[in-house]
Amino acid sequence: MSSDEADNSRRRFLTAATVVVGAVGTVAAAVPFLASWSPSARARSAGAPVEANIGKLEPGQQIIVKWRGKPVWVVRRDEKALATLEDSGLTEKLRDVESDDSIQPEYTKNVYRSIKPEYLIMVGICTHLGCSPTYRPEITPDFQGGFFCPCHGSKFDFSGRVYAGVPAPTNLTIPPHYFISDDVILIGEDGVA
Amino acid sequence: MRKILIIVTGLLLPSLVWGAGGGYTFPNDEIEIDWNDKAAMQNGARTFVNYCLSCHSAAYSRFNRVGEDLGISDELVRENLIFTTDVNGHKTKIGELMKTTMTPEYAEMAFGTVPPDLSLVARSRGVNWLYNYLRGFYVDESRIGLGINNGVFSNVGMPHVLADLQGLQIPKYRIQDDGQGNEQEIIVGFEIVKAGTMNKSDYDKTVHDLVAFLDYLAEPYKQTRKNVGTGVIIFLFVFLILAYALKREYWKDVH
Amino acid sequence: MSENKNSNGLLGWIDARFPLTKMFEEHLSKYYAPKNFNFWYFFGSLALLVLVMQIVTGIFLTMHYKPDGELAFSSVEYIMRDVDWGWLIRYLHSTGSSAFFIVVYLHMFRALIYGSYHKPRELIWLFGMFIFLALMAEAFMGYLLPWGQMSYWGAQVIISLFGAIPWVGDELTLWIRGDFVVSDATLNRFFALHVVAVPIVLLMLVVMHILALHEVGSNNPDGVEIKKNKDENGIPLDGIPFHPYYSVKDLVGVVVFLILFSVVVFFMPEMGGYFLEHANFVPANQFKTPEHIAPVWYFTPFYAILRAIPDKLLGVIAMFGSIVLLFLLPWIDRGKVKSVRYRSTTFKWLLVMLVVSFLGLGYLGALPVTETRTLFAQIFSVGYFGFFVILWMISKNETTKPVPERVR
Repeated sequence: MSSDEADNSRRRFLTAATVVVGAVGTVAAAVPFLASWSPSARARSAGAPVEANIGKLEPGQQIIVKWRGKPVWVVRRDEKALATLEDSGLTEKLRDVESDDSIQPEYTKNVYRSIKPEYLIMVGICTHLGCSPTYRPEITPDFQGGFFCPCHGSKFDFSGRVYAGVPAPTNLTIPPHYFISDDVILIGEDGVA
Repeated sequence: MRKILIIVTGLLLPSLVWGAGGGYTFPNDEIEIDWNDKAAMQNGARTFVNYCLSCHSAAYSRFNRVGEDLGISDELVRENLIFTTDVNGHKTKIGELMKTTMTPEYAEMAFGTVPPDLSLVARSRGVNWLYNYLRGFYVDESRIGLGINNGVFSNVGMPHVLADLQGLQIPKYRIQDDGQGNEQEIIVGFEIVKAGTMNKSDYDKTVHDLVAFLDYLAEPYKQTRKNVGTGVIIFLFVFLILAYALKREYWKDVH
Repeated sequence: MSENKNSNGLLGWIDARFPLTKMFEEHLSKYYAPKNFNFWYFFGSLALLVLVMQIVTGIFLTMHYKPDGELAFSSVEYIMRDVDWGWLIRYLHSTGSSAFFIVVYLHMFRALIYGSYHKPRELIWLFGMFIFLALMAEAFMGYLLPWGQMSYWGAQVIISLFGAIPWVGDELTLWIRGDFVVSDATLNRFFALHVVAVPIVLLMLVVMHILALHEVGSNNPDGVEIKKNKDENGIPLDGIPFHPYYSVKDLVGVVVFLILFSVVVFFMPEMGGYFLEHANFVPANQFKTPEHIAPVWYFTPFYAILRAIPDKLLGVIAMFGSIVLLFLLPWIDRGKVKSVRYRSTTFKWLLVMLVVSFLGLGYLGALPVTETRTLFAQIFSVGYFGFFVILWMISKNETTKPVPERVR
């Protein structure tokens, strides 16, 4: 076999070039297969924004709306519940009072975490490991009301803000939403600016 | 060996003639579909939702996808293409499948059969067939109730829904030998007996556009397919040059 | 492998526990293949490539497909339209099945012309024939899954073939379908067989096919055994290591194949109704048979034999017989010379007769029956079976040309 120096470098170059171009081709060929796992047009259509009528919601009540297969809570908070939110006795127990590390649209980044203080619209999925917390409107000496996750004991206040010292890392997520009218909200889409 | 191959090819050629046959239909024109002519497809889409979607579904296709592919905004799709409603009477949402509002039970009662889904009709029938079929309706009083027949699909159960556009026509016949010694009557032309709102060339254009839309509907990703294919093949040719050079380089050792 | 060169590093660590280097050498870098392989020798590695492609695309299709009589057809259209890139994955799979048969038929023809089934390669041929059989089963069951009109009625007709078996026929077809007609039950079991059972068998057979090949070594266009002439190190004088020489050569073949394959996938996936039949774009309807039923092109030669014989049982026997004869080829051909290059003119004409008959049958099997066509199908069937009969008669005392000592 020829072991000519020039030949060997040409051989090495061609081998490397073929391997590189072949690898590029293989990666490109893998893209369609990986992309086929992303939500299909059907899933996207089923995940379209949903309307909810909140006209009959009484203070203190909660309804659950399905959006993208997830529970979205609509809670009409009463005066007592709203009053707890700015109480320093509560806020010093919270991990992310200003919601800086949590997910919510810019227009709900306030103490009520909502557009209208009364109405809280929130994804009912614990930010720890995806269980759905329960609504606990009763205010007791050691829990000032809000939401409690039975899976791993995470606690949230009436704005879905997480307590310090529980497993959940951030506040509950607020989905994009807006008021179509006073009684009807649309969940899943930001309002027109 | 080569000589044998040449002889064999010569012997086989006559066998190609076997293919002929089939029944006679009229009209039998051929059309070209221009996939770049989005205006024609939009026009066809409008005809489709107005005349076809009331009975037929296109249940594998979504309104928003049609809008996206044909360059129609969601707003215009809602206004001009969506006339169907769901069971509660709400207007069909834009991401929904293009289903007819007519229930199968009602269709069964009215037509004796459920009108077929049209998503794939251009692939099962072919565009030429559709083009001729939609232009092949003629008056036939012997068919009680319908009063029409079709030169392409004889004894068809579908009414001539485009009659107000095309008008009504009667066939012109000619007697011809069917190749086995029997005489048969074949249609060689049509004559309009009651004018529609369109003249012949406008009607043909409307049908052409509708068929173009049906062709799109049968394979909405056709254009993407060809574009991707071109890229893939160019890439493979580049790779071929490299692979061939590599092979030659190594095979110097052998030769 | 008495001495281990890579006793250090990760490879050395692995080699001490698993024969990685040993396997690489045995099957690639120290597998000596004859240096005179020609164009025909691409199809083995191409078949392997297509097998891998079918498995990968098939796995991804099962992620979206629904094996349910109510949902199957629309789930395929769902893949084609709603799943991102689903159309590509589906077309790769549907074109791949046709490509598989093209490649395998050419691979088998290669064995035929260069006598690769002769001693000592009878088992390679037999394993190969079992692969072909498994492949036909795989393709047949896969074709039911889109649940179109052609899927449905094709399956109905082929399953009914088993009804020709005396006494148990009717019970057998009922048992295969699991219902009185082809139905949801049939679809579901065909799905299981298509995606799990047959592929496992296929993969095992492929491994055995390759192991048997690497045990005896490859044949070549001259049909001489390269192992007869070895150098002082025991390496065949006319052999070259499969890797790198044939790996780089096969790579060229692979790219050329992929170019042709892409042309079909991207520009003509229906292949004029031969790869995807027009009637299969209509959902299965058990009350309405399409005007013309034809199997997919790769089954048409055998289907034409079936139709050529005007008796149900005899037709079925002839059809299965045409495949059984292929299995027996190593014993039907009693010749001592392997390659067509050194065999008699009679043998060459026999090959021509076989090819013409096979192609003719394939062409006729796709068309509706007429009297003339049936006559031609009968002539071609005689040609097909005649190949084996005449080969058996002439091969024992065939006048052949002298075979060279070494490959040229």
